[in-house]
Amino acid sequence: MSSSAPPRLRRTALYECHVAAGAKLVDFAGWEMPVQYEGVRQEHMAVREACGIFDVSHMGEIETSGPQALELLQLLLSNDVAAVPPGGAQYGLLCREDGGVLDDLFSYRLGGDRYLTVTNAANHLRDLEWFSSHEHNRARVSDRIDDYAMLAVQGPTARTIVQAIADRPLPARMHAASMRLAGSEVLVCGTGYTGEDGVELLCDPDAAPVLWDEIVGRGARPAGLGARDTLRLEACFHLYGNELTLERGPIEGGLGWCCKEDTNFIGSQAVRAVRADGPAERLIAFAIDGPGIARQGNPISGGGQVTSGTLSPCLGIGIGMAYVPAGHAASGTPLTIDVRGKMRRAVVKDKPLYRKG
Amino acid sequence: MAQASYPEDLLYHAEHDWARIDEDDPALATLGITWYAQDALGEVVFFEAPAVGTQLAKDTPYAEVESVKAVSDVIAPLSGEIVEVNAALSDNPATINEDPYGDGWLVKVHLTDPAERQTLLDAGSYTATLGG
Repeated sequence: MSSSAPPRLRRTALYECHVAAGAKLVDFAGWEMPVQYEGVRQEHMAVREACGIFDVSHMGEIETSGPQALELLQLLLSNDVAAVPPGGAQYGLLCREDGGVLDDLFSYRLGGDRYLTVTNAANHLRDLEWFSSHEHNRARVSDRIDDYAMLAVQGPTARTIVQAIADRPLPARMHAASMRLAGSEVLVCGTGYTGEDGVELLCDPDAAPVLWDEIVGRGARPAGLGARDTLRLEACFHLYGNELTLERGPIEGGLGWCCKEDTNFIGSQAVRAVRADGPAERLIAFAIDGPGIARQGNPISGGGQVTSGTLSPCLGIGIGMAYVPAGHAASGTPLTIDVRGKMRRAVVKDKPLYRKG
Repeated sequence: MAQASYPEDLLYHAEHDWARIDEDDPALATLGITWYAQDALGEVVFFEAPAVGTQLAKDTPYAEVESVKAVSDVIAPLSGEIVEVNAALSDNPATINEDPYGDGWLVKVHLTDPAERQTLLDAGSYTATLGG
């Protein structure tokens, strides 16, 4: 017998906007989030062809500041944080000593000694604990999750729509800048998770509904986590918990490009060793050859496992990513995937699976 | 169809399936999934019909419907043998969303125990299970 009621789900500042837009809400990492509004496919295509807007306020923020903020981040993050100019953005991994991945995250350099790192919702508390366990009085770590709502505006017309309500030029890709948007102070970041151009907006939660309505009113279509997942999978972006886990290292995950072992980050020795010897398995992208849709956890003949799978709205076929033995990882290699007892043929593809035309 | 509907002339299984017993042959039934099932699933993007001749056992899965984000088992509301499948669904699986009780039917079955229909729900009882 269980006496514990299910924990109450957290709601973002945009909850009422989602309800008004007819969203289907689901539990995602303890947050009540829109998985779709009218349909995953329509929302997916809106982002590919025009503009979609996502509430990603469930993602967390950690601020690192102080004269040794850079040294602390250089220790924690896999990439070379020293290379990030003020107003710059960088993708990196948070690793354990053994190279297992705790999270994948974007960091934005807000000013000289101030950095904001965006965490995955399910990992936020663990990340915060990890950051905090290394803080000291010259490099301070603070939880900023309650201070920010986060909106992603993505698609070929996203910049035009957001620019029209901004008081200065939007930052270039992989840069961030503070400006006023529809009257509110917003950190605008030239980043995204869809394979399209666009921006991500970090703002005061109280300002988020007005910003949302303003951008939707200018033609952005509300899009849910369902479309976010199919878009990122076509673009072959990693999802923590699927492609990245504590049991997987950066090299096998194809993320060696954002690991700079010479910075001596935590986990760099393990990463260096795997890079030298080569990993046993590698993360690949695949397309199903024929009918069927592979899903997370489906085993692959000869070893390996699907980490994500869906029907690609743009390509009209089953696609996904999987870990396979390194010898099966070359593009063009045929695979056989056991999809709930049905053996489906697939082929290893170059990443990304979808590139914008 | 955008609005929920549960026709009175169908029999329902609590796992969100319906059966339409043929007017002339009480041992022949057409099966499909309910409005609630297709709405919960979202746009159906893949349905692979089982082969004609496949035996269905009441209350057990006999097929899968897939949306972009999920796979859902289709439960047999009655026992029998598949005599016809809706071949049009392989090209247009979203017909299951658009017309779940009409062109979105899944299979036709020769029932092995027509009396099993006594265990199914009428539209009112089924909608009551949906909790308003």
